[in-house]
Amino acid sequence: MEQKTKINAEEGKQELVITREFDLPVELLFRAHAEPDIIAQWMSNPYATVKVLKFEGKKHGSYQLESTDAEGKVVFRSNGVIHEFIPNRKITRTFEMENAPYGVQLEVYEFEQLTDGTSNLNMHVIYESGAKRDQVLALPFAQGLNMAHNRIQEILNTLK
Amino acid sequence: MNLRRDVFQAIADPTRRAILLLVASHTMTAGAIASNFDTARPTVSKHLQILTECELLEQKQTGREIYYHINAQKMKEVAEFIEPFRKMWDDRFNKLETIMKEYQSKK
Repeated sequence: MEQKTKINAEEGKQELVITREFDLPVELLFRAHAEPDIIAQWMSNPYATVKVLKFEGKKHGSYQLESTDAEGKVVFRSNGVIHEFIPNRKITRTFEMENAPYGVQLEVYEFEQLTDGTSNLNMHVIYESGAKRDQVLALPFAQGLNMAHNRIQEILNTLK
Repeated sequence: MNLRRDVFQAIADPTRRAILLLVASHTMTAGAIASNFDTARPTVSKHLQILTECELLEQKQTGREIYYHINAQKMKEVAEFIEPFRKMWDDRFNKLETIMKEYQSKK
């Protein structure tokens, strides 16, 4: 399958860019970033359920998310403030994982209509430092390794 | 012969990948690593040597024991390092697309 989502993270920089083309009109792409119940749906995955505790989609607004694991235990909370909220065009916001050493990141989402039924998202994320960016980048990698390791451990345990 | 090992060659081997998975969670001695594999101990030692030579693993001497740990800096050079992060966003965005298509057809 073609890789639709692209990441550009240049060595030594404290930023990265995520781009993705959607088979959706720009209005629907924006709505998916502006309505709490929809955000919760697509941010959740089989390992983590995301709940939107607070969401004020407007300039000077703020938001808070909560992530729980399969057993319902809170894994982490995150929050941020919204600086710009221009429907179907742009959202500028901060993002911070609570009680985590990754600092605050600045996120600029640019929504662009390509055709009536397709659109593009350009997500520019700026971190406090290059080292912090790399730590955040490494998180899913480390989690993946840990999950694989846990699975290996589970299999080994059943063999004992 | 002591060739400088290539990182990509190092991670191409399934046993070496499994070793990296093990050591990623915590530092381990060669003995502890070897106990996870059916492979002969010298074979595991050889794998450890290759992973150390290409700097994916680092050795640290504590008393009489040598502990192995992951070199995160070097892991970054592996293209796959960024892949789980990309995959995480790709999965999210695929889901977003599916959900919004339902909204679209409801309209």
